[in-house]
Amino acid sequence: MSIIIIGAGLAGLSAAVTLAQNGVSSNLISSMQSERAQSVMAEGGINACLNTMGEDDTVENHFEDTISSGMYLADAEAVRGMCAAAPGIVERLGSLGVPFSYNDKGIVQRSFGGQRKKRTAFVKSSTGKMLMTALIDETRKFEAQGLIKRYPNHCFIRLITEDNKCCGAVVRNTYTNRTVSLRGSVILASGGLNGLFDGMTTGTTQNTSDAAATVFSQGVELANLEMIQYHPTTIAIQGKRLLISEAARGEGGRLFINRNGKPWYFMEEKYPELKNLMPRDVVSAEMVQVAAMPECDSQVYLDMTAIEKNVWNERISDLREQCVHYLGIDPANKPIPVSPGIHFFMGGIRVDREHRTSMNGLYAAGECACQYHGANRLGGNSLLGAIYGGQIAAQTAMKEAADNTEEIIDIAEEPAEVSCGFARTVSEILYKALPILRKEEELIAAKEELNLLKSRAGNRAELNRLNLALAAVMSAIERRESRGAHKRTDYPDRDDVSFKKQSVAKISGDKIDISFKEIKGRRD
Amino acid sequence: MRITIKIKRQESREAEPYFQILVWDCDESTTVATLLREINAAVINDTSGEPVNEIAWECSCLQKKCGACAMVINGLPRLACDTKIGEIKSNRIIIEPLKKFPVVRDLIVDRSVLRENLLAIHNWLEREAVVNKKNTDLAYDASRCLQCGCCLEVCPNFTADDSFFSAAAFVPASRILSELPKRKKYEIVTEYKKHIYDGCGKSLSCHNICPAGIDVERKLSNSNSVAIWKRFFSKE
Ligand SMILES: Cc1cc2nc3c(=O)[nH]c(=O)nc-3n(C[C@H](O)[C@H](O)[C@H](O)COP(=O)(O)OP(=O)(O)OC[C@H]3O[C@@H](n4cnc5c(N)ncnc54)[C@H](O)[C@@H]3O)c2cc1C
Ligand code: SF4
Ligand code: SF4
Ligand code: FES
Repeated sequence: MSIIIIGAGLAGLSAAVTLAQNGVSSNLISSMQSERAQSVMAEGGINACLNTMGEDDTVENHFEDTISSGMYLADAEAVRGMCAAAPGIVERLGSLGVPFSYNDKGIVQRSFGGQRKKRTAFVKSSTGKMLMTALIDETRKFEAQGLIKRYPNHCFIRLITEDNKCCGAVVRNTYTNRTVSLRGSVILASGGLNGLFDGMTTGTTQNTSDAAATVFSQGVELANLEMIQYHPTTIAIQGKRLLISEAARGEGGRLFINRNGKPWYFMEEKYPELKNLMPRDVVSAEMVQVAAMPECDSQVYLDMTAIEKNVWNERISDLREQCVHYLGIDPANKPIPVSPGIHFFMGGIRVDREHRTSMNGLYAAGECACQYHGANRLGGNSLLGAIYGGQIAAQTAMKEAADNTEEIIDIAEEPAEVSCGFARTVSEILYKALPILRKEEELIAAKEELNLLKSRAGNRAELNRLNLALAAVMSAIERRESRGAHKRTDYPDRDDVSFKKQSVAKISGDKIDISFKEIKGRRD
Repeated sequence: MRITIKIKRQESREAEPYFQILVWDCDESTTVATLLREINAAVINDTSGEPVNEIAWECSCLQKKCGACAMVINGLPRLACDTKIGEIKSNRIIIEPLKKFPVVRDLIVDRSVLRENLLAIHNWLEREAVVNKKNTDLAYDASRCLQCGCCLEVCPNFTADDSFFSAAAFVPASRILSELPKRKKYEIVTEYKKHIYDGCGKSLSCHNICPAGIDVERKLSNSNSVAIWKRFFSKE
C-alpha cells in the first residue's frame, strides 16, 4: 500500500509520519521542499490545554472557546477530538526536541486571542519554524527507512479518477518538466487559498490555490469559502502583508486610535473581559468601524511600549527585530501603525470527521481543508488542526486504501499555469468584493466581472482559478447573514435557522452550485 | 534611482549561460525580490534591444523566513527578499544563481544535495530529545536554519559532489547533538566526524554570511564538543 500526499507543510508531514509509524509508505509531493512551506512562517504558537499556568484550564474550555469563536459552524465532535488530542500532540512535539520553555508544571503557555486561559505553547515568535524543523527531522528518519519518498519541486497537476473514486495523481517535476502519474489514494495538504489574493496575504506565494481549484473542477465539494480571516494587525510591505503576531497583544500590546486628538483604547472600553484579545473577526471589524468614525483618525496603532524588557528578550525578541527591520520602528519605544489583512482561509475542501472528501479515496487536511475553525479561527488552532488533521486523514486513508502496486508512468502533457496578469486581475476583483464588511451589490458586481473574464482564461489552470473565485463570491452572496468572518452590511444579524450550516460549492459541467448543508460528522 | 542590472540567464541545465543587461528605475528601498517581480510583470527590452523573457527564480515567504530566494548579488550570496537596492551601494547590480549547485533555469538551482547530506549524516533523533535550560537557546538557533545554501557558497572546502557537508549540515546537526542524552554510540556522531569534522578547515568564512543571523561558529564548536569530545548536554 502506498499513499500520495500533496503538500509537505505541517499537515503533510504529520500525515506522512503517521503512515510511516504504521509501516505504510507514502509519496510526499510538494512544490518546494518543506523548509519553504508556509508552516515555517507561523509565529505565535500552538494551542493545547496543558494546564501549566495555574489557571485550571480544561479540554472542555478549549473546546468551548474554539466552537464559540467559530460561531458554531464547525463539527462539534471533530473539534472535541482535536482539543482532546492537543495536549498529547504538544508534548510529543516537546519530545521531538522543539525548544519550548518549561516551568515546574511543564511547557510554558501564553495568552492568545479569543481564549480565556493561557493555552498557547510557543517558542518566541517562531513557533512554526521550530515545529517544522522537528518534524522535518522526524520525517527524515522514515525517509532513511524507505517509508517516505519525497518529491520536492513537484507540482500537483490533477487527480486520476474513475467513477467518483480517486486512484492517483498526476504530478510534474518543475525542474525537469517530467510529468508522471502515481497510483494510490491521495491526501491533499496543499495549504490555504492565498493565490486568490495574490500579493495581499500574510502567507506564502507557494500556496497558489491551484490544487483546490483543480479538484473542485474535478467535482470535489468545497465548503465555507466565504469565511476568510482578516488578521487585525498586519502591515503592507513589498509584495505582501507582514503579520504582527497576536503574541504582541498576548504579551500586553494594546490597540488604540486617536479620537479628538487623544488615544482611545477602543477594544478595552468595548470588551472589558477579553479586551485586545477578542477573536480576530471582532477586532478587525471594530478597527474598520472606529477608523470610519468622524471624530477619529483613520489609522489604528498597536502600542507595545509598556511591555517589560525581559518579556521582549525572552519571548518576542524576533517580533521586535521584525518591526525594526521592516518598519524602521522599535515597538518598545513607539506604537506601530497596523491594519487588518488577509491571513487564513477557514473554508476549503469539504471533509467529514474522518477527513474524507466528497470523493472516495481522496482526503484533505491542514489549511486546504474546511474543518475545526468554523466561521473564525482562533490563533494557535491552525498549527494544531494541521497536525491533528494530518494524523486523522492518514489513519482513515490507511484503513480504506486498497493494496496498490506502486507504478510510475510518464505522461506527455503541456504545463498550464495561471499567468501573473490573470492572477492579479482575479485578485483585485475578489479583494474589492470580499472586504471585512461586505455588501450584496459589490458581490454581485464581482460575480459578473468574473463571469466576463471567462473568455479571457487562456488555459485550464486559469479557468479553474476563475471557477474557484466565482465559488467564493457566490458563497458570500448566498450566505445572507453575518457570522464570524462573514459580515454583511445588508444582513447584519446571525440567522441560525437558515445558516447554521455549511455553504457547499460544487461544479457540474461549467455550472457552479451553492447549497447549504447540515454540519454533519459523516459524509453523506 | 536608475540602475543597470546584469542578470545571468540560462534556459536549461544544458544551455549555455549568458548575461543580459537592462536598465531599470526604482527607489533605494526596493528589494531584489520586488525588482525581479516587477521586471517579470513588465514587457521590456534589454540594452541591446532583445526582449527580457520571464526570469526564473524561486520565492515563497518574501520575508526572509524560507530560504527559497538565495542568489548571488554583487558577488555575495544573499536572500533576494532581504536585499535592498540602497544597501548595495552601487547602481550596477549583478545577479547570478548560487554557484555551488547545478542550475535548473536562470536563478533557480537544484539544492537537493542539502537534503541528501542531512540524510547521509543521520540528522534525526535516535532517542527522545532532552530539552532543558542548558540547550534551549542552542536548539532554537540551530532550528532556524533555512537550508538556503548561502554558507556553502563561501566555504572553500565545499563542493556539491564531495563528502564534506559544511555549515548547512552542521547547523541542523547541532540541534540533534545538543538534544540527545549521553550514550556510547549514535550514528550521527560517527557520520558527523566523517562528513564534517574531518573536512572542515575551520576558516569560518561561513560565519558572517548566514542571512538568518545564526551564530554559525558557536554551532560548530557546540557540535564538535558533543560529537568529538563527547560532552553531552544531558545524561537523560
Ligand atoms: C505569518 C503567519 C503566521 C501564522 N501564525 C500562526 C500561529 O502562530 N499559530 C497557528 O496555529 N497558525 C498560524 N498561522 C497559520 C498556519 O501557519 C497555517 O495555517 C498552517 O501552517 C498550514 O499548514 P499546512 O500544512 O496546511 O499548509 P502549508 O504549510 O502552507 O503547506 C502547504 C504545502 O503544500 C505545497 N503545495 C501547495 N500547492 C501545491 C501544488 N499545487 N502542488 C504541490 N504542492 C503544493 C506547498 O509547497 C507546501 O509544502 C500563521 C500563518 C502565517 C502566514
Ligand atoms: S569553517 Fe570554513 S571549511 Fe568549515 S564549513 Fe565554514 S567555511 Fe567551510
Ligand atoms: S546556516 Fe545559515 S546560510 Fe547556511 S543554510 Fe542555514 S540559514 Fe542558510
Ligand atoms: S522568499 Fe523566503 S527567504 Fe526570500
